[in-house]
Amino acid sequence: MTERRSDERAEPPESDREAPPTPASPRDAPSVAEPGEQVSAVGTVPRGSRLGGRSPGDPVGERRGERRLALWLLLPTLVALGLIVVYPISSAIVRSFFDDPIGRAPEFIGFGNYVQALFGFDREDFWAALGNTVFFTVVSVVIETALGLVMALVMHRAFRGRGIVRASVLLPWALPTAVSAVMWGWMLQPDGVVNALLGTEIVWGGSEWPAKWSIIFAEVWKTAPFVALLILAGLQTIPPHLYEAAAIDGASSWRRFTAITLPLVKPALVVAVLFRTLDALRMYDLPQILTGGANNTETLSILVVRTATGELKQGYGGALSTLTFLFVFLCAFLLIRAMGANVFAGFKADGVKR
Amino acid sequence: MSAGTTRAARRWSWETWVIGAGIALLVLYCLAPFYWMFVSSLKGPGEITGNALWPDDPTLVNYRGVFGGQNNFGYAVRNSVIIAVSTTALAMIIAIFSGYALARLRFRGRNLVLALILACSMFPGVAIVTPLYQLFADWGWIDEYQAMVVPNISFALPLAIFVLTTFFREMPWDLEEAARVDGCGPVGAFVRVILPIAAPGVVTTALLVFFAAWNEYLISSVVSITLASNPVTVALAKFAGDSEFQQPFGSQMAAGVVVTVPLVILVLLFQKRIVKGLAAGGYR
Repeated sequence: MTERRSDERAEPPESDREAPPTPASPRDAPSVAEPGEQVSAVGTVPRGSRLGGRSPGDPVGERRGERRLALWLLLPTLVALGLIVVYPISSAIVRSFFDDPIGRAPEFIGFGNYVQALFGFDREDFWAALGNTVFFTVVSVVIETALGLVMALVMHRAFRGRGIVRASVLLPWALPTAVSAVMWGWMLQPDGVVNALLGTEIVWGGSEWPAKWSIIFAEVWKTAPFVALLILAGLQTIPPHLYEAAAIDGASSWRRFTAITLPLVKPALVVAVLFRTLDALRMYDLPQILTGGANNTETLSILVVRTATGELKQGYGGALSTLTFLFVFLCAFLLIRAMGANVFAGFKADGVKR
Repeated sequence: MSAGTTRAARRWSWETWVIGAGIALLVLYCLAPFYWMFVSSLKGPGEITGNALWPDDPTLVNYRGVFGGQNNFGYAVRNSVIIAVSTTALAMIIAIFSGYALARLRFRGRNLVLALILACSMFPGVAIVTPLYQLFADWGWIDEYQAMVVPNISFALPLAIFVLTTFFREMPWDLEEAARVDGCGPVGAFVRVILPIAAPGVVTTALLVFFAAWNEYLISSVVSITLASNPVTVALAKFAGDSEFQQPFGSQMAAGVVVTVPLVILVLLFQKRIVKGLAAGGYR
């Protein structure tokens, strides 16, 4: 409740940006100081104005009612997220400050678990998992973004058979990662179809680099089509007359690609990269089923699950999961900062497209 | 004039050719592994290790292996249907309330709620596995459906709310107000005017939630221990034999086909909607 109240003070113009206040509202209309909003209030017909007769005497009361209704409507979501997200994360953080004894109550040890994970005798596990996670993420996101862009450009130009193309592109996305992992495990057998096609005899699950690449192959196969769909949605918002004008001006197709397509599709690209990166950093199903973390393919998620539920070390596992959590959030923060803070602005700006 | 037309025609046909080849490659890329899974599932023990494009002697022996005896994949399919359907139903009910509030109502703290929901969609699943396992063990929920449904709902909520809010925001709410001017009550206006228009967006969102719930693995692999409660993803991964050389790949491929068939049907029926939903959830 206190958060709500402080928020109310912090951003008064927010609710007004959404829909211009009804001129009839005695509280809002004169007090809004920003000139831009005054203009819009005059320029557009407010959405609710036709219902001015509904409660003409009490617009403030009406808004208070809306606020109360919003609270009630949001309550189930807030309770669910609090119960299953906020509570477990806080409890893991609390538990991470205790040790993992056998046969006695856990004792408070401060940052002991963190020190052990980062510098203690288990440090190699943690740093290897962190390195693998970063490696998988960077390599697969780069490949699937490039591949997805090419796929999207091809799909954008397709004239016939759009339905079939769209359906086949959706299938890898819809397939459970667990099934995809088992399927690739089969195709990557030493005498399997991939080796037969490539004319090689690689034992994919047998040593470090083949095992790492097999995870990247399976990951890219499944997600590049998804990236392509996001980019395609961006491509379809580019007005065709831009290309026509550029063609009349004599711009080459490469020039049209770099001067029109790339800049205008950038927002879609940025979002695709952000979503894929955050997903890849949490990678669990695929490496867990495909390699079981063997041959130095363990990711942070596998390490956490192995420690916390396999070895039942709740304190140490809590520290590892907190480190993972902090790492993912740090990456999200840096990405959003680096790629433009506008990623979610479109969502927050209440459908006002700029 | 005629030279211009031929040049345009020639370029058009050249481009068509390249695009056609690209499309063919793209479809092959996406579907070839599915084809291989399907073909492998029809190969008996004698043929499974060969790389024939079609088995000499197609057999359903793998499918019998999947549904019979120790695997009893029928349980897993039933479990997954129960879990995915109840997740979808419950998550949609909750998300419709929130989506409506976020798209339609003016209230302060809206951005705070959005930021919270967004943050919840970013957190790594492993961050909650241990405490949830502990909590569910205390409550006697291990091996129970709700141990998978409840976490699934929280995973699904951010996605569902984002997509629904986007859909709701584009709805012609004026119609609702017009209906009320014409004498409908608020509930009547919502049910008779808004709900029919909102149905496509709600169906799309429900599909995305259903896919996510059907595909969930991490939480289930921890809180569902016995075959009787395993969803398909966990059951399939568990097929792996004791030693690496005895993996029952034939049955695994058959089980993979069984899991994939409903998804193929849904994708074929709803491909346009799903793409729209992905675009709406992906960026805006």
